Amino acid sequence: MDWLADGYGLVLRAFLLTIELGVVAGVFSMLLGVLLAAARVGPVAVLAKAAATYVLVFRNTPLLMVFVFVFVALPKVDIPQLSFFAKGVLALTLYTSAFVCEAVRSGVNSVPLGQAEAARAVGLTFGQTMQEVVLPQAMRAALPPLASVLIALMKNTSVAAAFGLIEATARMRFFTNDNADVRTVIFLVFAIGYVVIVELMSAGAFTLERRWRVAR
Amino acid sequence: MRFTRSRTLLAAAGLTLAGALSACGNAGGSDSESTDVNVEENAADSFEDGTRMKELAQDGKITIGVKYDQPGIGFKGAADDAPTGLDPEMGRILAASLGIDDQDITWKETISDNREPFLQKGEVDLVIASYSITDERRQIVGQAGPYYVTGQQLLVKKGSDIKGPDDVKGKSVCSVTGSTSLEQIEAKGAKARGFDTYSECRDQLLDGSVDAATTDGAILLGYAAEDPDNLEVVGPTFSEERYGIGYSKDSPEMCQWIVDTLKKAEDDGTWDKAFEATLGKSGVDTPTPPEMDACPSS
Repeated sequence: MDWLADGYGLVLRAFLLTIELGVVAGVFSMLLGVLLAAARVGPVAVLAKAAATYVLVFRNTPLLMVFVFVFVALPKVDIPQLSFFAKGVLALTLYTSAFVCEAVRSGVNSVPLGQAEAARAVGLTFGQTMQEVVLPQAMRAALPPLASVLIALMKNTSVAAAFGLIEATARMRFFTNDNADVRTVIFLVFAIGYVVIVELMSAGAFTLERRWRVAR
Repeated sequence: MRFTRSRTLLAAAGLTLAGALSACGNAGGSDSESTDVNVEENAADSFEDGTRMKELAQDGKITIGVKYDQPGIGFKGAADDAPTGLDPEMGRILAASLGIDDQDITWKETISDNREPFLQKGEVDLVIASYSITDERRQIVGQAGPYYVTGQQLLVKKGSDIKGPDDVKGKSVCSVTGSTSLEQIEAKGAKARGFDTYSECRDQLLDGSVDAATTDGAILLGYAAEDPDNLEVVGPTFSEERYGIGYSKDSPEMCQWIVDTLKKAEDDGTWDKAFEATLGKSGVDTPTPPEMDACPSS
């Protein structure tokens, strides 16, 4: 385990970048995803169509293609250069927000129509109806699928390893290349790192699920 | 070799035919020149029973792992039949000593990451893929050679501020994820940008996403030679990479055969020709072949 003793700082820094990518892209994906979901279920036909098209495009494109687009095609367009981290977050957000949108939409659809009708009947606007009545209930129903989407996002950050970001998977390849005799051990250590992160996330989701549980 | 007169004639005829065939094969490729190698007749007889060389010579085929994305070293374009470069040339020299013709060599693309697993699992018989000899690697695979010595350098856009390894602090420098080159440049304070292949690094460099690309000078010279208007190699070499030929530890007897065969190629000028037809095209002088390590006694 000499490699780990000498290089644990590098391992930690790499996992830190993995978590940073996952968290920042997660926040942006949630924001964009909820907006998209609101557009899809909302009364404005143009917005609903646009959001549906967005989901169609990005949910059906392999993540690697999105990365290639952001890292190879986008720099050829004459726009200000993004940093590597920003490009990684952008690629992950474009992809993940489509899944967040669908998870939230499934939550919204699980709220009985009568709830929205009652809200409108007491005079709430569409915005208020969503914010005060539908979304709180929808988020509760959407929590388990959302947790899956965000966990998948955390693991999807490893695609960035091939695009200039030295996160956990990229760092692992340095260690396996330098210490070819203990490849399996290195692989296991990094796999355990991912398992720990993902377990923390699912524990968090479970706690929220319990806290939001209500008697019906 | 126990050559009779008629066999010599036959061999000569065979060679002419092989030459004609390879000439046809080459017509499509842009610069797939390759050196003539003498394919041994009855090579199997010259190896002892039970050696891997004997098995390969009897089977009449061999699988060799090379890189496909390093012009001058190991490169295969989409339309090419076989890879070109110094590494495939070494492979052809070795195969010829086993009596294996060019068309019976199976080329397999290896990337930096899968060279040891390919050897360990026997997916390839030899790895000749800009494969630097290191002590760590020698613990799990055999590495014979070196057949070429190069060193890490920097590839930049023409007119860049970066003139050498001392200027990279804080700059984004691209190389292949997991490579020693990237680790070394990271240690010099550069922001390491790892991609899967060197050609991606060249693209990142050309569109301005990174400030430099780094790896062995030989590989960079190949890219600079392809695009001399935009790219140049700068600075002195700041490491020593000794390219070796990887073989499986299950067949330690291969080491002496590789060393002997390469030594012969170095002595009779085949090595020089192989270099001139590949890396030499970027304008560098043909170096003296390096002294090879002694094989481990086992």
